[in-house]
Amino acid sequence: MKKILALVLVLALCLTAAVSLAEGIAKEDIKLGVITLHDDKSTYDANFINAVKEACANLGLEEGKNYVIVSGIEESDACRDTALDLVDDGCNIIFADSFGHEDFLIEAAKEHPEVEFCHATGTKAHTENLANFHNAFASIYEGRYLAGVAAGLKLNEIKEAGKLKGEVPMIGYVGAFPYAEVKSGYTSFYLGARSVCPDVIMKVQFTGSWYDETGEKTAAEALIGLGADLISQHADSMGAPTACETAGIPDVSYNGSTVDACPNTFIVASRINWVPYFEYIIGQRIAGEPIDTDWTGTIATGSVELTAVNTNAAAEGTEAKLEEIKAKLESGEVKVFDTATFTKDGAPVESYLADVDTDAAFTPDTEAIKDGYFDESSLRSAPYFDIDIDGIEIVNN
Amino acid sequence: MSKEKKSEVREPLIHLSKRTTISPLKAWTIRLIAIVLGLLVCGLAAFLLIEKLQQNPERIGEFYQTFIRGSFSTSRKLWKYLKNTSVLLVISLGLTVAFRMRFWNIGGEGQTLVSVLGAIAVDFYLGGRIPEWILLILMFFAALLSGALWGIIPAVFRAKWGTNETLFTLMMNYVATYLVSYFLVIWVPSGSSSLGKLKYGKLPTLYNEQLLIVLTALFLTIALYIYLNYTKHGYEINVVGESVRTAQYVGISERKVIIRTMILSGAICGLAGYLIAAGSDQTVTTNSVGGQGFTGILVAWLGKFNPLAMILTAGLIQVLNQGAGQISQDFGVDNALPNVIVGIVLFFIIGSEFFINYEIHFRGHHSRANARKEAAK
Repeated sequence: MKKILALVLVLALCLTAAVSLAEGIAKEDIKLGVITLHDDKSTYDANFINAVKEACANLGLEEGKNYVIVSGIEESDACRDTALDLVDDGCNIIFADSFGHEDFLIEAAKEHPEVEFCHATGTKAHTENLANFHNAFASIYEGRYLAGVAAGLKLNEIKEAGKLKGEVPMIGYVGAFPYAEVKSGYTSFYLGARSVCPDVIMKVQFTGSWYDETGEKTAAEALIGLGADLISQHADSMGAPTACETAGIPDVSYNGSTVDACPNTFIVASRINWVPYFEYIIGQRIAGEPIDTDWTGTIATGSVELTAVNTNAAAEGTEAKLEEIKAKLESGEVKVFDTATFTKDGAPVESYLADVDTDAAFTPDTEAIKDGYFDESSLRSAPYFDIDIDGIEIVNN
Repeated sequence: MSKEKKSEVREPLIHLSKRTTISPLKAWTIRLIAIVLGLLVCGLAAFLLIEKLQQNPERIGEFYQTFIRGSFSTSRKLWKYLKNTSVLLVISLGLTVAFRMRFWNIGGEGQTLVSVLGAIAVDFYLGGRIPEWILLILMFFAALLSGALWGIIPAVFRAKWGTNETLFTLMMNYVATYLVSYFLVIWVPSGSSSLGKLKYGKLPTLYNEQLLIVLTALFLTIALYIYLNYTKHGYEINVVGESVRTAQYVGISERKVIIRTMILSGAICGLAGYLIAAGSDQTVTTNSVGGQGFTGILVAWLGKFNPLAMILTAGLIQVLNQGAGQISQDFGVDNALPNVIVGIVLFFIIGSEFFINYEIHFRGHHSRANARKEAAK
């Protein structure tokens, strides 16, 4: 009897959940809860916070009533606790922005099938099979490729002026952690630079943290000491850009423009514009339509952007060249990870099993090369390119 | 004649004298007044700093409600509040045994973090390979041993070579953080250093998942109260804390007491680490303890190293923290601002101890008191 009762209750719950999802919600009843790892001093989190505010302003939603932002939430059970608090406070869509939030957000999603849970940069939505848990990312490798083109042009200019520190142009790159998200980023940046500056080499130094102002500054200084003619970064503080401004080394930034703090060295920055995504998930919730399990924004849909080029620091003709390459990326004429453009251990890469379905041992499981290019971010939204290609040297691991 | 001379000496406008005794009622009244004043000043600060409040001054009442809503608006939030308070309390208790001995253990953060690491290491290597209950027991001992190890190292150095324990324990916090970073690099081959939630090693649920943690903290509080106040060990800790010379004179080995007590201090922090690892997170990050090792110092001091009083101080600080978080969320302000507000309240509470220890006399106080005495005669 008890079992039957339990079954009936579970069915009733599922039915209400399904009905409430399918019915949609009136716009004034939307409440989006946003969980961020750090606050807006981190360029990464600021990029999300500003996008939420912009998307909600566009849709006429009010802060406090229709959306709330909770900052500084650890990648631990604190994330689940916060997500459940937000459900208690009436949120019907919950979003978390950090890679390590994922497992804890999934737990919360299992407890509340009536609420939509969206997570940026995560990898597990397509294997968890939960109707209310979704991943999102953007093809930022396209943006980084473009930023790399700007870097390559600058290196050509330095070379022509005879001001290279070494024999060949060298990029120094400050990365957070040595995994696919960062590797895909710096490889696309490097390939962009090499497409216009063929003899460029790159050295990468990892900091082991997403936000470590001192560590990022020290890493940038170390790379400048190793002979870097230009610096770029994939870590979230102002550490690397400020080190560049002090040393007078050109910098290609990430997440947003750093021109105010670095007027003489900032060239350009690539960033993901999350506004289309927030508008999308809110729109789907209002309409009662399902949200994509894996959503990948692209350069063509306005999710990947470059900031304005700082003509003080950039090489002449940068803007025009970027327009040209951008059009080629959009049309598909240029592929970022074209296997003709890179080698590993001296040999071309014709086949590569990528770790697309996350498991505890991170086993490679899916062929990612098709039609002569590495097919990034289409098998799932988060990047999975993690090949160590020739020309890039990792200084520390 | 002599009386006239006295009145010529100019009395200062305000002077202080140390109180010899104060009734508990009076002391608690002073504390209560301090909290109320602190909250009023908070309201004022919030009004000056939060734009939304300036636009709608009537929302100031909502400001105080929000403070309470952070911990008590739903039963789930209440349980979360009790769980967080319990973990904070256990860490504070670990620090208190050392503080009683005037051993300034600033390393609660590291002792707790390293025990989270110890427990998670067992979980990582053995989870799923042995029965869950054995796993949980092994994790328990791993956590306690790691915490005790992190406590004994500075204790031995202090006992043998007289090193400064404050700097030593502080330094051990950083060692613990980097140790976690190191293991995360080894354990996560993808390179993200994000271990994720492990599948095994979760404490069983009694009624709800927080109850066991809360009961553990309560039991420990009572046990430590008895240990510190009614046992020989507790007495020895106090003697070493009051005067090493006295301890030597009555034949208490200072070294032995320091090392024994720091093992206990570290192991209690280890228990807190276990509660974090097996009770909630099932993962470890460099920030698993999230500064509670430092907040615990405040809890212990405010509770005057009395385990029972620390239930109140831990509870108060947790209300302030969760309330501050709720304010940041509901009023759409940066999370630094609520911390300022918490700081103001704590400042008032700490300040109130001054008025409990000292009495303030204003000019004319003596002459009026004398006059009253004269009149009474």
